[in-house]
Amino acid sequence: MLHDRDRIFTNLNGRHGADLQSSLKRGAWDGTKFLLEQGKDWIITEMKASGLRGRGGAGFPTGLKWSFMPKPQEGRPHYLVVNADESEPGTCKDREIMRNDPHLLIEGCMIASFAMHANACYVYLRGEYVREKEALQRAVDEAYAANLVGKNNVHGYPFDIYVHHGAGAYICGEETALLESLEGKKGMPRLKPPFPANMGLYGCPTTVNNVESIAVAGTILRRGGGWFAGLGKPNNTGTKLFSISGHVNRPCNVEEEMGITFRELVEKHCGGVRGGWDNLMAVIPGGSSVPLLPEHQCQDLSMDFDTLRNLKSGLGTAAVIVMDKSTDVIRAIARLSYFYKHESCGQCTPCREGTGWMWRVVSRMAEGRAEKREIDMLLEVTTQVEGHTICALGDAAAWPVQGLIRHYRHVIEQRIDDYTARSTPADHLVAAE
Amino acid sequence: MSVRRLAAEQPADFAFTQDNLQWAEQQIAKYPEGRQASAVIPLLWKAQEQHHGWLPEPAIRRIAEMLGMPVIRVMEVATFYTMFNLSPVGEHFVQLCGTTPCMLRGANALKDVCRKVIGDERHVSEDGKLSWLEVECLGACSNAPMVQINYDYYEDLTPENFETLLEDLRAGRPVKTGSQTGRSCSAPEGGDTSLSDETLYDGSMVGAWRQRFEQQAAAGDATLADAGGKPADQSRPEAKAAADKGDAEAGKAKVEAVAATGAGEPKAPFSAPTVSGKSDDAPKVAGFAGQPAPGAVAEPEPVSDEAKPELLTAPREGKGDDLKMIWGVGPKLEAMLHSMGVFHFDQIAAWTDDNLRWVDQNLGSFKGRAVRERWIVQGKVLAEGGSEQDAEDAARRDRGETV
Amino acid sequence: MTKIIVDGAEVDVPAEYTILQACEAAGAEIPRFCYHERLSIAGNCRMCLVEVKGGPPKPVASCAMGVRDLRPGPEGQPPVVFTKSPMVKKAREGVMEFLLINHPLDCPICDQGGECDLQDQAMAYGVSGSRFAENKRAVEDKYIGPLVKTIMTRCIHCTRCVRFVAEVAGVSEMGAIGRGEDMEITTYLEHAMTSELQGNVIDLCPVGALTSRPYEFKARSWELSKTESVDVMDALGSAIRVDARGREVMRILPRMNEDVNEEWISDKTRFIWDGLKTQRLDRPYVREGGRLRPATWAEAFEAIAAKAKATSPERVGAIAGDLSTAEELFALKDLMGRLGVANLDARQDGSVSHPSNGRASYLFNAAIAGVEEADAILLIGTNPRLEAPVLNARIRKRWRHGGVKIALVGERADLTYGVDHVGAGTDSLTELVEGKHSFAKVLSEAKRPLVIVGAGALARADGLAILSAAAKLAKGSGEGADGWNGLSVLHSAASRVAALDLGVVPGEGGKTAAEMAAAGALDLVFLLGADEIDVAPGAFAVYVGSHGDRGAHRADVILPGAAYTEKSGVYVNTEGRPQMANRAAFPPGEAREDWAILRALSERLGHKLPYDSLPQLRAAMFAKAPHLAALDQIAAGSAADLDALAGLGGSFSGEAFVNAVQDFYLTNPIARASAVMAEMSALRRGAVAQAAE
Repeated sequence: MLHDRDRIFTNLNGRHGADLQSSLKRGAWDGTKFLLEQGKDWIITEMKASGLRGRGGAGFPTGLKWSFMPKPQEGRPHYLVVNADESEPGTCKDREIMRNDPHLLIEGCMIASFAMHANACYVYLRGEYVREKEALQRAVDEAYAANLVGKNNVHGYPFDIYVHHGAGAYICGEETALLESLEGKKGMPRLKPPFPANMGLYGCPTTVNNVESIAVAGTILRRGGGWFAGLGKPNNTGTKLFSISGHVNRPCNVEEEMGITFRELVEKHCGGVRGGWDNLMAVIPGGSSVPLLPEHQCQDLSMDFDTLRNLKSGLGTAAVIVMDKSTDVIRAIARLSYFYKHESCGQCTPCREGTGWMWRVVSRMAEGRAEKREIDMLLEVTTQVEGHTICALGDAAAWPVQGLIRHYRHVIEQRIDDYTARSTPADHLVAAE
Repeated sequence: MSVRRLAAEQPADFAFTQDNLQWAEQQIAKYPEGRQASAVIPLLWKAQEQHHGWLPEPAIRRIAEMLGMPVIRVMEVATFYTMFNLSPVGEHFVQLCGTTPCMLRGANALKDVCRKVIGDERHVSEDGKLSWLEVECLGACSNAPMVQINYDYYEDLTPENFETLLEDLRAGRPVKTGSQTGRSCSAPEGGDTSLSDETLYDGSMVGAWRQRFEQQAAAGDATLADAGGKPADQSRPEAKAAADKGDAEAGKAKVEAVAATGAGEPKAPFSAPTVSGKSDDAPKVAGFAGQPAPGAVAEPEPVSDEAKPELLTAPREGKGDDLKMIWGVGPKLEAMLHSMGVFHFDQIAAWTDDNLRWVDQNLGSFKGRAVRERWIVQGKVLAEGGSEQDAEDAARRDRGETV
Repeated sequence: MTKIIVDGAEVDVPAEYTILQACEAAGAEIPRFCYHERLSIAGNCRMCLVEVKGGPPKPVASCAMGVRDLRPGPEGQPPVVFTKSPMVKKAREGVMEFLLINHPLDCPICDQGGECDLQDQAMAYGVSGSRFAENKRAVEDKYIGPLVKTIMTRCIHCTRCVRFVAEVAGVSEMGAIGRGEDMEITTYLEHAMTSELQGNVIDLCPVGALTSRPYEFKARSWELSKTESVDVMDALGSAIRVDARGREVMRILPRMNEDVNEEWISDKTRFIWDGLKTQRLDRPYVREGGRLRPATWAEAFEAIAAKAKATSPERVGAIAGDLSTAEELFALKDLMGRLGVANLDARQDGSVSHPSNGRASYLFNAAIAGVEEADAILLIGTNPRLEAPVLNARIRKRWRHGGVKIALVGERADLTYGVDHVGAGTDSLTELVEGKHSFAKVLSEAKRPLVIVGAGALARADGLAILSAAAKLAKGSGEGADGWNGLSVLHSAASRVAALDLGVVPGEGGKTAAEMAAAGALDLVFLLGADEIDVAPGAFAVYVGSHGDRGAHRADVILPGAAYTEKSGVYVNTEGRPQMANRAAFPPGEAREDWAILRALSERLGHKLPYDSLPQLRAAMFAKAPHLAALDQIAAGSAADLDALAGLGGSFSGEAFVNAVQDFYLTNPIARASAVMAEMSALRRGAVAQAAE
């Protein structure tokens, strides 16, 4: 189990002040100037050495991502954009960083911007996080007042940070959709290539990183990439904020070591599965976009990117949704399908049409009002959506359904049998919705 | 109906208050010259705030004028983002999260409460106080089930405390935002399971990390056995095994493995460019091949020429092995090995650690590779007829990675 | 050039090509809905997915991926693309299935049937049968104007219309509101579109969501005979295709001509065809007792001959109209010549253009395609948006590429691109010539300055002085890069250039059109489709034309002629490019081709024209003006003529410029006979009135 001294987000539980003074006492902004003086190359090397992988769901090595930024060019300023559009169902960790440890984030923005030749940073929060936005803005104002950021700050590197917000669209969590939204348009993902590092915000080189990925930067540089790499497992290093929800006795956010087992996580921090360990039915280990794992795959499950990928799931945002045996798993997945249909931006054909189709079929399966051959048809439809869309929302919509069919086909079939057994002709006359 | 439509009844016009206009100017100023369109969401939001929580059509036109945008573009934004209410809402607009994590914790029962206390979705109660709508995940899943009412979250709801909350709002009584059961943010109910260490908050965290930089400066150059700060708890098996290996090589190797060759690119759900670890052109990480940077990984101590292995002047029978089969060796490095006198896998397989280190430090700009990429291990595999992939897997396993 | 292997065949393509273009170059057909060569890349229909070997395990949108973004093989082999592999087949079938699940089964009642991209690609790349058991979504239709009918349930959200209207037409009026499956294409509050090019979205829409409202439910494409022809609504000579069913012209569509109209036509060009059916002169008329009565050809000719006999040549005149073919103009000039009549003019508007100044003085010398090369543009007394919308789109295209400054002297207007308004009258022109305005510097430093002079700037007493000033300004830096000639006259009459080429201007001592129309000037006047001029009472007017417009109302004798879709003839566009219009249908009733009327009349007047057939007439015409025989080619004007023109000088009257076209929709007799054009005109005037409040 992770030792408190190795935790980065020391105010995760919100028991201490988020204000500048309290944050300074906890170690934010400690020696930032010194860190910057080590130089951009050192910073990127150290971040690479830490093995930090993006905390927004994709798990792409952060140091490597920063190194993609091109050489600065006249007329093309660089930008850091922080993705605080936390909307992946199950995920609720970034709001804690922004309202409880905002100065770690702001400091991280400064460091990251310095490392990528950016003098301006935009933090894009989801529209629903109004109070979190206010908290972050207060912290930003404090930072300006203390001259920690701004044109002539104490760190000697001109840096401006702006807080921006959305207005209710999960798709704006996709990096290019976020950039479109920041530019004042609908949040519709762009085609890649070109990639944001070359053609990003306002057409300029931009790196988009998750809140957590940026907020840990200061601490990693202070304690050393090696320290971070010494935690967790090889290739899956460091600490991670886990958001545990669903059927555990005490859902919570907690910072733990990468690679902790699911059982330890849930029993140490969440009071165990509701009704006891044996009452576990399934887990979605990384936010709704990754396929679920049935309980037999969770017995000795290391919570890290590679292990979960090998099990045909993923760590994603480490949003752990626990489902016990009382759960109607088909309805649970159907509700996720509805989520994707609601959030589809509508740009490309497979997602615009396919998410609605998948939701409607899986909803009928939740009632049992379907045919067994439709299970394979639905599976095939998911493979027609997967991989054929502009962005990953299509894949994310397909995977939960695939997970459901892969592990719970028998439940669907039983539901169909039950419905058929009790249905009357009147049940088949359904009005258009 | 999920189609987005403007309300049938609209006010004649809309104008920002003086204060809001000033605020709007400040927002526009956050974006570069000519990029004022970026302020469209904040401005629409402000208009909605000014207009009793819903966005009237004249506001869309006015904001288009203010920002120099075609009005249809602002209309697109107003209809794309679901937080813009295009029709009137109650004084307290209840947005109830119905997505699966909240559903698992009883959101459906809360919907029943809404129907009972308020009425149908999108319908404003007679007294104008309440209206509700089921929305998608609000990002407070560890405090499920929950709702957002206007700007505040109300979490850890039960049908009872939710109904009380609604009635209190309706009556104008003060209410508590956040967790309705007294939790602090998303800390687990019944007591924190982490962050109990007092020293985190007494100021002793400040400056503690400077030690390693001071140590380095004192040591003169970076031939430390310690690869950066040690994690506080070494009880994890992999970390323990690494620590047991004892020497600088293990600690350094783990860090370098991750850093230098972008090792083991994940087949992540979202496509990411893969970095090949194969060729000579793998990213060179500053501070590893050349001079050390503070806090960077230590170099092994140089070995003397006594550690030089047996070398050949030419390959046996004029035919050497394809050294490029070694993971990390490309044409350039192979040529260098040839000029050194290395032509066969079994030569490499037979080296001692010191031999390896001698070769390693004589690789010019490729210094460090031989050790890092476990050439002896690879040499053994390849000498026995193993494949390139076998050799790479063996090397990685030797470094403690999962293959 | 880069190599790429498509389906096993290696092709060499420019590095900036997309995979889709490379595949087409290799002969592999790629289905697509949202991609269009002239619009920005959207990449959202996903129909163009192809497999790239060694690339990601998922197919790639070929319209969006550039050839240069593909990685070569491990030993530098060219990238390999498959368009017929199982992955691609599955992708296409999948996408097609998704498109069809919510698409209504409207084919039997949908106008697009038979020429529908969705039908064609579903047949070629889809699967038969449907697995969709849910209810289809329905979308409310949106009103976006009288020209474009919308059935939005059919929309597949390719966004071609949105991109066209924003990028090419330059009026950002269409958009996609909402999100996900509830996304809907519409205009703001369902206001009618204001672009003169809006009809092109009907061609662009790959399904029957946007269709032609005037044409709705009228015909199926396979019933129609298609004739390639040339448009005469303006002087661009856009390439069109006239679709007729029997004698009736059902619709007009654009043809591609990269040099003239790319693949666009203006709304007037497209929707004029209902005017071909109304107000038609289908029999000769003779005025008796102040009223026109139907007459036979013989009676009509008798009346004319009688008058002609009693009139001396200097009291006879002929004015040619804006829609006349070169053959008619030739015949008219020939006839007048034989009658000894010197009063002959094709310039109803009073233009000063004259062949004696050389061809370069009245041509759009830069050529329409040349607009894209210009590095500075000056507009003098013209509104290209109303006078030649397709040319205006070309100017806008150039403006969007950047690096060009545009200025306007004349009536202020929204031209859909950024314009520096120098001033309203000739004083501003003087400022430019004397170098006093900042734009003068831009012009003088330009390597390829384009100076567009509108017909309105030439239809005034000081027109020649204005033209001369324009010629001066068009010299630019004088470097005249590779034969560049920037002086470009934008005529508004389709017949004008041919008329000038053939010399349909006053002879020795002859009167101009304005002079002929004055009271007491003539006793006998021939009006060959001349409806834009008011002939004072007194003269005996003979009107030869197709529609009962102003000319017919004034006439004493009406000889019914053929409209442009009913005769074969050469039209020379404003660039000086002769193009052949072809007959798609026959004129109604007794109406005949105009050249034939003149030929018949000539015999009755005792000066028989020496050609009995159209080919014979043409031969005679080509002998006189050989360049007219070189169809589709421009015989350029000479630089010497321009120098002379620039040297002419002259003083300005000081008056403000008035544009040639005030109401885009009502500029010729066919337009004025069209109900559709009338509706559009009323709509525009209403909108202007509203804006003026």
